[in-house]
Amino acid sequence: DDKLLTEPLRHPDFFSVKELFTLKDLFDARVHLGHKKGCRHRFMEPYIFGCRLDQDIIDLDQTMQHLQLALNFTAHVAYRGGIILFVSRRRQFCHLVESMARACGEYAHTRYWQGGLLTNAHIQFGPGVRLPDLLVFLSTLNNVFEPHVAIRDAAKMNIPTVGVVDTNCNPCLITYPIPGNDDSPAAVELYCKLFRMTIIRAKDKRRQSEAIEELQ
Amino acid sequence: TLRLICTSTAVQKRNVGASGPEKYTEAFIKKQIEEFNLGKRHLANMMGEDPETFTQEDIDRAIAYLFPSGLFDKQARPLMKHPTEVFPEQRKIQWGEDGRPFHFLFYTGKQSYYSLMHETYEKFLNVQKHQDQLTAQDLPLQREKRNLAGSRWLTKIELEEMLLEKVSDDDYSRFIQLLQKLVALPCADIEEKYIQKFSKEVPVQLQKVVIEPLQHDERGVAFSTGEGKRKTARATAVVYDNGTGKITVNGIDILHYFPVLQDREQLLFPFQFLGRIGKHDMVCTVSGGGRSAQAGAIRLASAKALRSFVTEKEVEFMRQAGLLTVDPRVKERKKPGQEGPRRKFTWKKR
Repeated sequence: DDKLLTEPLRHPDFFSVKELFTLKDLFDARVHLGHKKGCRHRFMEPYIFGCRLDQDIIDLDQTMQHLQLALNFTAHVAYRGGIILFVSRRRQFCHLVESMARACGEYAHTRYWQGGLLTNAHIQFGPGVRLPDLLVFLSTLNNVFEPHVAIRDAAKMNIPTVGVVDTNCNPCLITYPIPGNDDSPAAVELYCKLFRMTIIRAKDKRRQSEAIEELQ
Repeated sequence: TLRLICTSTAVQKRNVGASGPEKYTEAFIKKQIEEFNLGKRHLANMMGEDPETFTQEDIDRAIAYLFPSGLFDKQARPLMKHPTEVFPEQRKIQWGEDGRPFHFLFYTGKQSYYSLMHETYEKFLNVQKHQDQLTAQDLPLQREKRNLAGSRWLTKIELEEMLLEKVSDDDYSRFIQLLQKLVALPCADIEEKYIQKFSKEVPVQLQKVVIEPLQHDERGVAFSTGEGKRKTARATAVVYDNGTGKITVNGIDILHYFPVLQDREQLLFPFQFLGRIGKHDMVCTVSGGGRSAQAGAIRLASAKALRSFVTEKEVEFMRQAGLLTVDPRVKERKKPGQEGPRRKFTWKKR
């Protein structure tokens, strides 16, 4: 049991996350497109490659690194049987995110976020509830273009977060930000596909390792 | 020296009310079901009936016999029903042993409602995809009109019962709007089964008052009957055709039964209204009430009987004249602390 948990931590890329995507895939899915110069957030400046005709272009090399770290982290969390909660407040992708979460066997929350869901969970749900171990944001802003309350709540409850930050978002409190476009359907579908594949891979690996352990 | 700051243990007392209404565990309900079945067999034994074929109605009758109760509220009387009917359906614990919740939308708070919205939206997308396929193949879109008049959507309370959780007004209206959008699409017939889960048949509203046809007695004379009531008087009237305008009440002629002119006027009013004073004979029976009440009851009975002799337009005229309406006025009860139904006791200043 101990060996099961420590074995993946010895390799930098145990789940071979790098093979899942290439720079060309990100470019084709229009991940590099940001918002206009006026919407730019101050803390996103390090991630921006440049600005063309007033539109910000995100640096895809940095995106690659961040995406790899984030996917590696989600794979490890899924391998250890952690609860992953997908959050997005975009109405167009609500159905896609929910179906993706159901396919993985994880959880989703694409609706109105009630105040005490994480911080007041024992009273809202009942005693003995288990909180999510990882929060994945497909879009960090809510419908009024303000940072989602869940980022702050997760930071309060010591829950790590992975989030796709666009040029108008605040990447401060997110543990594994992924600078990239969160508005185009192509980009969001790509992210969904990547997360789904990593989680399924991690769970399959876990089942294989357990089966091997039982045989021994 | 120690200084005790907080001495009372009252602070650590469990707030019993905060955990919500009592939750029934599965084991508890199972035990209740076993006890109910045992009790059913004992009861059958006591009543001398066969324990195997002892139905719920037999149980109700046996309980009503063994524990007679004069209470007015039926729900306050002794009750023996299957535990699934007695204990309201409740949500069991939503997560497994390892702590992972069963439903993928558990963390939203309103999992059943949001999963319902998710499914409905999926059906909506399905229908749109089907429509796109048909338009790509240049086929005509089907248009079978759903019968909108005979059905209604589920009410909020019915939805709450279906989902086993509270639904707010905004959520309910959103759900109904989504359903309406789905129904408005041309190819919504594909998801007809799903939509039928949320619509209910509205029973035929207006029960058309059936006007009975004329009956004929041995001599071939057409007649019809009617019933009427007023205050405590109940009357039945038989109106015969080809008559001379004779009216008999309880075997006595009206001149002797109703000496007062006002009562006789009441009796003749339906005939006068239709202009058929000398054309019909009437035989009536009346009981209860006083002089005026009996007259009013016979008037209503004769008007109801005359409907069979007359055209629909004249029936409508009679209805508008108030001849066919039952007079709802009855004697109001006397209240305690007052001398009569409305009259209060004389107020004395000192």
